[in-house]
Amino acid sequence: MALLQAQKISKHFGGLTAVSDLDLMIEQGMIASLIGPNGAGKTTFFNMVSGLYKPTSGRLLFEDKEIGGLRPNRVTIQGIGRTFQNIRLFANMTALENVLVGLNCRLKAGWAGALLRPPTVREEEVKARARAQELLTYVGLGGQGETLAKNLPYGLQRRLEIARALATDPKLLLLDEPTAGMNPQETVDAMALIKRLRDELGITILLIEHDMKVVMGISERITVLDYGAKIAEGTPDQVRADPKVIEAYLGKGVVTGLKGTKNASALLGKQAAAGTGR
Amino acid sequence: MTQSELFIQLLINGVTLGSYLALIALGYTMVYGIIELINFAHGDVYMLGFMISLTFLGFLGVRGTLGGWQLWVVIFGVMLVTMLCTGLINMTIDRIAYKPLRRAPRLAPLITAVGMSFMLENLGMIWKGPSQILYPDIFPAFDIPNGLFGLNTMVLFTTKDVFLMGVTIPLMVVLTLFIRRTKMGKAMRATAQDREAAALMGINVENVIRTTFFIGGALAGAAGMMVGLYLNTGRYLMGFDAGLLAFTSAVLGGIGNVTGAMLGGYVIGFLNAISDQYLSPEWTRAIVFTTLILVLVFKPSGLLGERTPEKS
Repeated sequence: MALLQAQKISKHFGGLTAVSDLDLMIEQGMIASLIGPNGAGKTTFFNMVSGLYKPTSGRLLFEDKEIGGLRPNRVTIQGIGRTFQNIRLFANMTALENVLVGLNCRLKAGWAGALLRPPTVREEEVKARARAQELLTYVGLGGQGETLAKNLPYGLQRRLEIARALATDPKLLLLDEPTAGMNPQETVDAMALIKRLRDELGITILLIEHDMKVVMGISERITVLDYGAKIAEGTPDQVRADPKVIEAYLGKGVVTGLKGTKNASALLGKQAAAGTGR
Repeated sequence: MTQSELFIQLLINGVTLGSYLALIALGYTMVYGIIELINFAHGDVYMLGFMISLTFLGFLGVRGTLGGWQLWVVIFGVMLVTMLCTGLINMTIDRIAYKPLRRAPRLAPLITAVGMSFMLENLGMIWKGPSQILYPDIFPAFDIPNGLFGLNTMVLFTTKDVFLMGVTIPLMVVLTLFIRRTKMGKAMRATAQDREAAALMGINVENVIRTTFFIGGALAGAAGMMVGLYLNTGRYLMGFDAGLLAFTSAVLGGIGNVTGAMLGGYVIGFLNAISDQYLSPEWTRAIVFTTLILVLVFKPSGLLGERTPEKS
C-alpha cells in the first residue's frame, strides 16, 4: 500500500522552479531515499510534505488523504514526523523536555486541566514522562534526560531530534541528512538506529542523504532528483548503474574519466567502495 | 523623617511600583519571545484595564470605601471581568493588526503597533475625556506600622501596599507555573525557541500566539485596575508612561525572558524610588534611561537574557 503519494507536485519560488511535476510513491514499511546534487529540490519536497511550504500545484496524498497545503501541526497529527538538516532542537530545554514537547500533541488535557491538575491529568503527565524516558533510552540517550539540548554532543543531538520526532507517533518519518557531520562510527550507529525504527517500530522512512555509503547501505528504493525533476528511480543497484545519475552528479564526460571536481571523485570513490562491499 | 525611615519608605515605594511594572513588562516580553514584536500598544491595554474596571465599578454603583465580603467580591469579580476583557482585546489587536503581517518584514508590525497604540489612546480619550479621572477609593487604607504595631513612624505603609503586592506577586507565580508546568506553557517555550520546529511537533502556533496575547492582555488589565485602586487616578495617556517604563524593564531584564521581565520591573521600580527620593522626580526619567543604556552597552542581551544568534 502506498503510504505517501506525490502526484505531479511542483513548487515555484518566483521564477525559480524548485520541484517540478514530481511523482513519487512511498510504500508502507520501506526505507526510501531521496538523493540528488545540492539544490535539486530534496529539502523543498520535505518542506511540502511536512506542511512548511504549500505546493504550487499537484497533489500530495498520505494514506489516500490530501495533505498538500495543510498546516504543519495538522500534518504532524496525521502521522508524519521529521528531522532537520541543520539540527533544530529546542536548545534551552532539557532532552526530556524536548521529547515531551513532541508528545504534547498526543495528550488530551486542556490548559485548565493542566493548571488545576486533577488525578486524570496527573496520571497522563506521569505516563508522558515515562514514555519520553523510554524514547530517550530507545535512541541511546537514556542517562541524558536532564541535560540541556544545546550541551549534548553533536551525534546525540541528532539522536535526540529523532526521539523528539518519534514522540509525535509518526507512521512516516522524514530524515533530512541524518548522518551529516558524523564520523564513520557514528554513521554506522545511526544507520543501525534507522533500520531498527523500521524493523521494530514499523515506521516507514524517507531520507535525504549525501553519504552514498548510507544511501546504498540501507535504502530499498532510491529516487534521484536533479533540478527539481526525477531523473531515476529504483533499487540501489539500478540507480548506481544509471548513466543519467552519474551524469547528474559528475557532469558529462566524467564517466569516461576526463575531468572531475574534488567532490565528484570522492563520490565516485564512495560509490565504488559501496559497490565492492556487496 | 529620619534617614532610615526614608530608606524604608524608598524600599516600599520601589516594591509597589516594581510590582505593577513587572506585571506589564511580562506582556511585552512574552509577545516578543514568541513573535519578536515589540507590542507598543501593550501599555494602552493597561490603560484600558483601568478604564474598563472603572466602568464596571460604575455599573455596580461603587463610590466609596467598601468593607467585608462586599470588598472582596467586588474587587475580584471586577478584576476577573476586566482581565477577560483586556485579554480578549489584546487577542483582537493581534488578529486584526499583527496576524496579517506575520510573514512581513519585522518593521511592518512594529509600525503597526505604534499606530495601534495611538488608536487606543485616542479611544481612551474619546471614551473618558482628556483630563485626569478619579477612580473610587474602594480599598480601605489602614496604616500598618502606626495602627497595628503602634510604632510612631513617618513611614507610610498601608493595607493598600500589601494588597497590591498580594495580587501582583501571586499572578506572577501562577504565570511562572503555567509556563513551566502546563502543556501550553511548554508549547509556548518551544514556539519561542523555534516556531517551525514547534509546528512540526504538532503545536498549533497560531493558537500559542493567541494565548500569549490573551495572557499578556489579562495581566496588563489586572495591573491597570490595581493602579486605579492604589493611586485612585489615571488618564488616557497613563499607558504611554507606564508602557515606556515597563518596556524598559523588559529590555533591562533581557527581552523574551519571563523572569528577566519581573526582575527588570523591580529594578526600574527601585531606581524610580531612589531617584524620586534622593534626587528629584524631574531627573527620574533620565536616571532610568541612563541605566538602561549602561546595561545595554555592557550586556546587550539584558540582565538575564541570553545572547541569541541571529535566526536564519
